[in-house]
Amino acid sequence: MNLAVKDIRHNIGRFFLTAIGIGMLLMIVMGMGGIYRGIIEDATLLIDSLDVDFWVAQRGTRGPFAEVSRLPNNLVDRVAAVPGVAQARKFVFHTIQREIHGKPLRIAVLGLDWPQDHGEWLPLISGRCLAQSHYEMIADRTLGLGLGERLQLGKDFFTVVGLTSGMIDSGGNGLAFFTVSDAQAIQFDITGESIRLERAARLGRASRIDLSRIQPSLAERAEGESSIIPALAPPSISAVVLRLESGADPHEVATTISGWADVTVYTGNEERALMLAGPVEKAKLQIGLFRMLLTIISAIIMALILYTLTLDKLHDIALLKLIGAPNRVILGMIMQQALLLGAFGYGIAFMLGQKIFPRFPRRVILMDDDLVRLAVIVVVISILSSFLGVWKAMKVKPNEALS
Amino acid sequence: MNKDAESKPAVEVRGLTRIYGSGNTEVIAMRDVNLTVNRGELVALLGPSGAGKSTLLTAMGLINPPTVGKILMGGRMVMDGHRPLVNLRTFRRKNIGFIFQKSNLIPFLKARENVQIALELNGWSSFAARKRAWNLLDYLGVADRAEHFPSALSGGQQQRVAVARAMANQPELILADEPTAALDSHRGRQVMDLFRKVAHEHGSGIVVVTHDHRALDIFDTIYEMQDGVVSQSEISAS
Repeated sequence: MNLAVKDIRHNIGRFFLTAIGIGMLLMIVMGMGGIYRGIIEDATLLIDSLDVDFWVAQRGTRGPFAEVSRLPNNLVDRVAAVPGVAQARKFVFHTIQREIHGKPLRIAVLGLDWPQDHGEWLPLISGRCLAQSHYEMIADRTLGLGLGERLQLGKDFFTVVGLTSGMIDSGGNGLAFFTVSDAQAIQFDITGESIRLERAARLGRASRIDLSRIQPSLAERAEGESSIIPALAPPSISAVVLRLESGADPHEVATTISGWADVTVYTGNEERALMLAGPVEKAKLQIGLFRMLLTIISAIIMALILYTLTLDKLHDIALLKLIGAPNRVILGMIMQQALLLGAFGYGIAFMLGQKIFPRFPRRVILMDDDLVRLAVIVVVISILSSFLGVWKAMKVKPNEALS
Repeated sequence: MNKDAESKPAVEVRGLTRIYGSGNTEVIAMRDVNLTVNRGELVALLGPSGAGKSTLLTAMGLINPPTVGKILMGGRMVMDGHRPLVNLRTFRRKNIGFIFQKSNLIPFLKARENVQIALELNGWSSFAARKRAWNLLDYLGVADRAEHFPSALSGGQQQRVAVARAMANQPELILADEPTAALDSHRGRQVMDLFRKVAHEHGSGIVVVTHDHRALDIFDTIYEMQDGVVSQSEISAS
């Protein structure tokens, strides 16, 4: 006869209420683990999705994600010319915040190197890839934009032609994909007044030098559009990503590019490590510690619950001892109840989590490994927390049944 | 127990003394008690509160060891002073049944399960224990309440279930501590009659601590206890 089950049957309401309480606590522990995984997954999602062999960033910087990296547009041609490089693409990435539908919306802007890259590698859930070099965008569904919706960013209107799923940056912001030139236009957009003031400033600077008096067209140029001034560089890109030809020696290519004084080369794994060690490190640590604290708190609460449940049964335990029940029967009853409580709590946590976590603003990823690990922890907690009750039960004397 | 042991008294206590505390706080609850209960004998133990009846009962039940004295069961010495000579819990499980005034049954087990657990603890299979539990409850007239929890049983029904549990393993000795105190006279009498039936039909020695003088006619032997000393009662037994 299983005394643990019989006792639960008799107090089924109390057992389920307790299991729900423990389940909710475990759901938070589970959720913390999922948020932890989500942060790591989000942080490395773009790097993993692009799946390139090397990242070329501004010299001395830690790549386009960990800090700002600015490189000239034409670097992509230099990289493409290196023997062993099959494909080099511009990488433009920055975050903007706009008010859309009356709400602030943060958008992580990513430039696709048109015409090489139309966004075929993106996980589209509806719509299509980019089909023209300007005024089209692919948006992640977390941004809340609809297919065909038009959005003004800078001075231009962009139409959402495709929707992706699960494409977000390390901050949890949805990604939007444009051509590189559109992404740059959004990044470097300034108002008409700023342009006029800049032109006036340039004219002022030119008029202060003798050369402009000798060469009047210089003053005219200074006052004109930025794009016709040869001394001014076009907008910069964040990085260049490259894929190697099959059979190419990665070390040789990396050595060649690293030899250039203006750039630093990282492999995909190095870029991933930089990302995890940099922007997400503290968030990762914070959540990890919080999860540990919650686990300890869960253990303490479970121990107190089991202790209280045991206190309620002290007379019954004394009675069992009186009629000759060996300690293992009593110990088994308490431990089995602890394990059943833990198991039900875990099940409730999992079921509630499946319903609640998808509604969280950031991704909560429940990985099988983490779920198994938590299940083992719950078993250990159940056993450890039952010790307090077992200790109390072992102290009960059979003659207490007579009182 | 072997056949030789079966011919011996269910319980025999020799020179039992139980002292609580020490020095100024010393209380002698039981003084040099000698008592024999034979198999099939129904014994009443009378006495005022504080006379030491429960101390003697728990000492015989091997849950409250005496300070001095010997306890023999089936002719086998099981306690020598406060020193146990057997595994007490195992011995109790096999050879002694208990019935108390109240809170006799495990509340989260049904009536049948309360009897069944005593059998299963003694190595019975679940199926066999269930069958015997049914038979016992039927024998004691509470089979129709077998699948009810104790809270749904009357006091008399609870005591019958407790008797069924006490006799489940066919113990040599059944100890009952004021089993009718919570019952009305009619039901109290029924329970006492039940003890007589169990003692005489099943051969267990039964010791009943009671204040109920109305049912003394059913007992084979009556002892009285006063200030820790036991004496044969002058009240006539049946």
